[in-house]
This record gives sequence, C-alpha cells and structure tokens, in this order.
Amino acid sequence: MSRANEYHPSLLRGLWALTVRELKKWLNDPVMLLMLVIQPLIWMGLLGKSMNLGAMFSASNLGNIEVPEKIPIPGNYVTPPANGIIYVSGIMVSQIIQQMVSDIGGNVMRNVFGVTDYFSYMSIGMISMIVMTTTMFSGMSIVWDRRLGFLDKVLSTPVPRGAIIFSKVLNATLRAMLQATIILALATIFGLQLSQSFTLLNMFGVYAAIFLLSVGLSSVFLAFSLRSTKLERPMQFVSLITMPLMFASNTLFPITLMPGWLQAVAYVNPLSYMTDALRQLTILTLDVSKLITDFIYLGFFAAVLSSIGIMLSWRYLSK
Amino acid sequence: MVEEVIVARGLTKVFNRNLVAVDHVSFSVKHGEIFGFLGPNGAGKTTTINMLITVLRPTEGTATVLGYDVVKQANEVRRVIGVVPQEYTADEDLTGYENIILCADLYGIPREVSKKRAVELLELVELTGFKDKKVETYSGGMRRRLELACGLVNRPRVLFLDEPTLGLDVQTRAATWNYIERLKEEYDMTIFMTTHYLEEADTLCDRIAIIDYGKIIVTGDPEELKHSLGGDIITISVKEDADISDLIRSVENVKEVRNENGSYRIKVESGEVTAPLVIEALRRNGYTVTRLSLTEPTLNEVYLEYTGRSMRDTEESKEAFRSQRLTIRRARAR
Repeated sequence: MSRANEYHPSLLRGLWALTVRELKKWLNDPVMLLMLVIQPLIWMGLLGKSMNLGAMFSASNLGNIEVPEKIPIPGNYVTPPANGIIYVSGIMVSQIIQQMVSDIGGNVMRNVFGVTDYFSYMSIGMISMIVMTTTMFSGMSIVWDRRLGFLDKVLSTPVPRGAIIFSKVLNATLRAMLQATIILALATIFGLQLSQSFTLLNMFGVYAAIFLLSVGLSSVFLAFSLRSTKLERPMQFVSLITMPLMFASNTLFPITLMPGWLQAVAYVNPLSYMTDALRQLTILTLDVSKLITDFIYLGFFAAVLSSIGIMLSWRYLSK
Repeated sequence: MVEEVIVARGLTKVFNRNLVAVDHVSFSVKHGEIFGFLGPNGAGKTTTINMLITVLRPTEGTATVLGYDVVKQANEVRRVIGVVPQEYTADEDLTGYENIILCADLYGIPREVSKKRAVELLELVELTGFKDKKVETYSGGMRRRLELACGLVNRPRVLFLDEPTLGLDVQTRAATWNYIERLKEEYDMTIFMTTHYLEEADTLCDRIAIIDYGKIIVTGDPEELKHSLGGDIITISVKEDADISDLIRSVENVKEVRNENGSYRIKVESGEVTAPLVIEALRRNGYTVTRLSLTEPTLNEVYLEYTGRSMRDTEESKEAFRSQRLTIRRARAR
C-alpha cells in the first residue's frame, strides 16, 4: 500500500491553502460583499457630504447680507478725489465681496487640506479608517477557529506554524485592499477629484501603503486575540482604540491645526502616514520626498509590530 | 515495524501550575490495535490526546509515536498521524470536498493526489452525493464522517479519535463504529481513541485503560477486565425492610455482597448455579424475593469495581459539575 508520509508541506503551500479558506468565506458570501460596499458608502454619504467644509466659505452663504442699492462714499476716500459724496452700485460691491470670499475660501481649503473640496480629502481618510477597522476585526476569526477546535486540528498537522499566523494577516490585508479599491471607485463617482499626477500605476503605491499598515496592525491584533479567551475582549479593544487613532491623525483633519499635544500623538500615529501616502498618490500633487518619508515610517512600523505580533503568536502556538 | 506504536511514560499536564489534568500516565499501544481511554468527562482524556498529537506540550514525562518524540520530533509525529477531534472542525462555509482538499494541502499533498483521495474518501464515508454541498447543511452523523475522512487524508499510520460518537444518536453511533472498524482494516492503522461510552469501549476497543482524575486506574482488554471481576452478578431485592447482606454471604459460592439502596449486588462464580441457592436461603428465613436479575459483568461493573462509583452516576452528580468546571477552566487557561 502506498504511504503518503513522504510529503512535506511548504510554508507557501500551507499559507495559500489557509488564506484561500478565509477568502472563500467572504468572497462566496453575497451579503458580506454587499456589506463591504455599503459600509463605506454610508460613511462617505454621511460624513463626507454632510461635513462639507468647502461650502462653508462659498459666496452663497453671504446671500442674506443686506447690501443697499447705492452705497454713499465721502469724496476724499476715492481716487482721484471728488467733491461731496459719490455713490457706488451695491450690486457691484456685492459681486466683488462674493468673489473675494470665494477666493479666500479656496485658498483656505488649499492651504489647510491641500485640495479645494473637503469630500476628496475626507474620502481618502475614509479609506484609512476602513483599512484600520477591517484589519483589526478580521484577526478576530482566530478566536472562533480556536473555539471551534479548527485551530487545534491545524496544529496537529505538519503545516508550518508561520503559515497559520500569516494566513490571517494576509486575509486581513487582501480584504482591506479590496475595500480601499471599492471606496476609491465610489468616491470618484461621487465627485472625488483625482490629481493631475494620478495614474493607475499609483494604485500599486496605494496597495503597498495599505499592505504595510495592515501587516503591522493585524499581527499585533492577532496575537492579542489569540491570547484572550473571551470573544468580547478583542471587540472592546478595537472599539476603544479606533476612535482615538482616527481623530489623533490626519484622517479627518490636518495635523497642523491641532493643539501641540495632539500633534505629538498624530505624528507617531501610523495612520497619519498611511493617509498622507494615499493622499499624495491620489488627490494631491505628488511630493516625492514626503511620500518617501511616509513609506519609511510605515515600513518601520510594519517591521516592528509584525515581529512583536508574530513572536507572541508563535510562542502561544508552540505551547 | 515498530511493535509498540505509542509509548507514554509518566505523561503529565498541569494547567496554571495547580490544576493536574493528567497525572503521570504510562501506557503503550501495540501495532494494529484499537486502544481506548475510558473515563468520565474531565478525566483527562482529551488532554492526553492533545499531548500525543503535539498540540499541547507535556509538563512532565515523555511520549513517542512510532518512535518519534512528541516534543522533540513533533513534525515527524504530525506527518504520520491522523486526528479526528471531538468537535466538528470542518469549515461550515466550504463544501465537504473543499474541506478534504484543505486538509490535504496542510499535509503538503500534491493536488493531483489529493483530488483522487478526496473522491475516494468521500466514497468511503458515503458522502459522495453531498460532496459539493456546504458543510452547514450536513447532519451530525455526516459531519462526523467528514471529520473521519479529513483525518485519513494523509494515510496516517496512527489515527487519534477523540470521542468519535459524542452527541450522535444510537443508530448513527453504531454506523460510525462500523466505519471505524472498516477503516482500520482498509488502512492497516493503529487507533487510539477516547470515549465515555461504555458500550463504545466494549464494542470497538481491543484494549482499554480506565482513567479517572487524570490517572490510569486499570488497563486491559474489555473481556479480560470483565473476567477479572470473577464471574456473574446477581441483583436481588426483597419485600422486607431488613439488611440481609450477611445471610446472602453465608450462601455457598457467594464472593461479595453490596447493598445498593435496598437492592443487593451479589458477585458469584456462576449465576445460574448460585441464584437458586440464594433464593432458597432467603425463603427459608422468611424473606420474599420481589425482584431478581442475572447479568454477566459489563464494563460498568468493571468501572464500578475500580473506581467505587458507577460510571453513569458520575454523569449526573457532583463529579459532573467538577469535570465541567475543569473543562471550563482548562479552556480559560489556554
């Protein structure tokens, strides 16, 4: 009788098998896929369109300021000087003011956000936020795997332990990438202004940035989920950490306008760097030196956190 | 060929430094036999299996499977064993076929081989008609069979079955026993299994070890163990409310009498010969026999003999509560 024990599983083979298992779970699930689309849609619709900061400075907001038909001006205030009082057409003054407000508004937006419409700015922030939550939550499936005994079964096979951990990380990352693509496509339909320098090649950069953040975050989160015995614990942790991470970063608002202590947090927050990298690659005119800084920081973050996370998980799995 | 397929020496697992789940357990399993761990829930059966299949690291002691050390040569062990866990571990969102392929991938079996094997195994466990249905639509018995098929995908030389019929109805249980026996023949395997069903241990196992509170109490083949009790058991009740133990004891050939809430459990060499003598003695002394039964010893008697408790009693008593708490704490400790 032929024996099968001559086969050795390779890391890649095992990694791919376990990742495909995870992918099938949500790619074959129409409801899940629908949720992937609806979730960003709701965020963009509610936050992006409701917090229309750009419109705040638009001239239409001056509509109910009463401008008299004729504005009297003392003659010595005009050039060349005239005698007595001269009258200027109120409509003309109103037009000039409106134009100036518009210009000021545009300038303020450009200086603060880098783009003239907040929607574009915020949409990219939305990608960051969703990448972060997706990454964290998908690590949680390992708690189920353990509860249902699947993890123990896998541990009793000769598949390399690393493959078990990496498959979760990879699944989280791929899912985040797909969601990012969907948001970007939807946002473009709803009015996101891509910069002149954007090409499809930039998408590789976008994916690279997402990959680095996801790998770092999900490995640490995985180690945490693996060690907590209650399913609720990782969920509480995620809800605790997402809000501060999001607001102490440039996800929704630029760092430069924050108070000093918050700036300090935002500058170490990896989310800021990923968001900036994504903005550089999509809506801003590309600043290569900034992009390089972003990637160096993200790379550093991914290397450190994934080492810690994988080491912790490894120790747990080889208990 | 290795004659002793599994050898455990002083195998011990302590959780959280004070919870001794398995306490210096030693045994060996010979090639080609079905060896069973019999004991109530929380006795340490699953913990023992988890150490043998390299999922848990022993606190103390050693164990080898086919000569490979379960700690130092864990990967070698993993390649030659098959595991059918207590839980239904097949992925519900995948089909039966996909689940087997997934298992095969984890062993590094090439696709051209695993595809053939998947079809073969599904045929063997009679799931061919359901191979492309998601596992969430399977019944308990079908899932159990799928688990069996997954455990066999690497053609293991040693198969570990943890409570193979837990939670199945009587018919499905009998059918599963059939599968296990057929599989053993077909694949020439050695099987290590745990169970808390006496009938299961009796029907399937060539040899059993009774385990309680993490310790092996006795090892032997079921028949041998039953014979070691030394014969049949007469259970008798009388109408009168009096202790008749001594009277029964005076009858010829009675070995032991135990009063169990008014009914007397009498151990004798041969039930057919002694029962009439007992009745006669009782009648002569003015007692009326209301009930009499004659049984050949079952594993329950064996269990009772060695642990002083009825196996079935433990399920519903303080012990059940204790073992349940142990299980919970074990889960938390991990």
